[in-house]
Amino acid sequence: MSILRATAAVFRRDLALAWAAGGGAAAPVGFFIGATTLIPLTAGPDRATLALIGAPLLWLTAALAALMVLERLFQADLEDGSLDQLLLSPAPLELLVAAKGAALWVAIGAPLALAAIPMALAMQTPPHAAPVVALGLLVGLAAFIGAGLFGAALAAGVRRGGVLIAILVLPFFAPPIIFGASAASAAVEHGLFTPAFSLLCACALGAVALGPIGAAAALRLHLE
Amino acid sequence: MDLQVEGLALDRGGWRLFETLSFSAQPGEHVALTGPNGAGKTSLLRAIAGFLRPSAGTIALRGGAEDPATRIHFLGHRDGLKAPLDARAHLRHWAALLGGTETGDVIGRLGLDRVADLPARTLSAGQSRRLALARLLVASRPVWLLDEPASALDAEGKALLNGLMDTHRAGGGIVIAAVHEPLGAPSQTIALGL
Repeated sequence: MSILRATAAVFRRDLALAWAAGGGAAAPVGFFIGATTLIPLTAGPDRATLALIGAPLLWLTAALAALMVLERLFQADLEDGSLDQLLLSPAPLELLVAAKGAALWVAIGAPLALAAIPMALAMQTPPHAAPVVALGLLVGLAAFIGAGLFGAALAAGVRRGGVLIAILVLPFFAPPIIFGASAASAAVEHGLFTPAFSLLCACALGAVALGPIGAAAALRLHLE
Repeated sequence: MDLQVEGLALDRGGWRLFETLSFSAQPGEHVALTGPNGAGKTSLLRAIAGFLRPSAGTIALRGGAEDPATRIHFLGHRDGLKAPLDARAHLRHWAALLGGTETGDVIGRLGLDRVADLPARTLSAGQSRRLALARLLVASRPVWLLDEPASALDAEGKALLNGLMDTHRAGGGIVIAAVHEPLGAPSQTIALGL
């Protein structure tokens, strides 16, 4: 009971902080919307070209947006002493880290997926496939954040650790990007339930299950 | 419930801070840790909290079967506040995170009524420290580890802190405080770095 209560408290607080003034969620969502708005302008009005590159570029932009928030995810807690308090909770650190990841996923995943629908339409994705692209991005962000937790925890003690995080987690971003982009392409003809989409979900489940365990271990090292 | 430290040695960054440190604290005791900067006061507190692994020796919190982490309050030199959140939000969070209940008028006891609804970024250093002290009251835990608890506090704040420590000791709690200026009436003093 106290474990659930502590986990819920961390989730609620991180969600509130993400959208509070100076929180971390506005920047990646703004970046995603801004960058994807520019894609049709840079690629020209040719419908066939846009339809071809649209979904892959949405995925690329979403991955970069996820990278943006990771740097401060644990660093802020380490600097202000909040991390010490997480260790003194009756809930295991792994669970609290997972709650932080879940809060981040809700805070940036939901607006990003919503924004992805008009963006996909602007890039000539057929209307029936646009929601599939958005749903895929939502699942993909879970995979990005799960893997990102580990990188963010490892780099938490490093000033300007964003580059280090990128190097650490980009290899783990590759599988969800591959399956996500191909699920988006396959959605035009085959809808939601394609092998690529299932593999994307498998990537997300793996990252969500393993990321918090690795992240908690890395955080304990920082406190040593 | 008592705390036993035996033959403890701690290293930081390749340096041996101290070795063969032994002491024990019984319920109601207040142990003051003194010593020059860098003597290892903070490290000792962090080791007792379980954040640091000792290089040698043991730290045991006897009595009570649960996880030692849930019997310890740690007040470090960083207050653990989030700039956008107000005092009430912090207390609610700590009560839930640390498994306590928000009982009584904690904000009033710490003299924070006037600023209870302001975001933490607007608090002064002393007010931030008072809010951090409020954490000790929202979850009842027998062992208080305090690192320079009186820093940034005014005379009234120090008196308040002494009152909190006395109440805690009277209830069978243990206080271990790293201090530079004398604080309260410690039942034993451990001088590190000599």
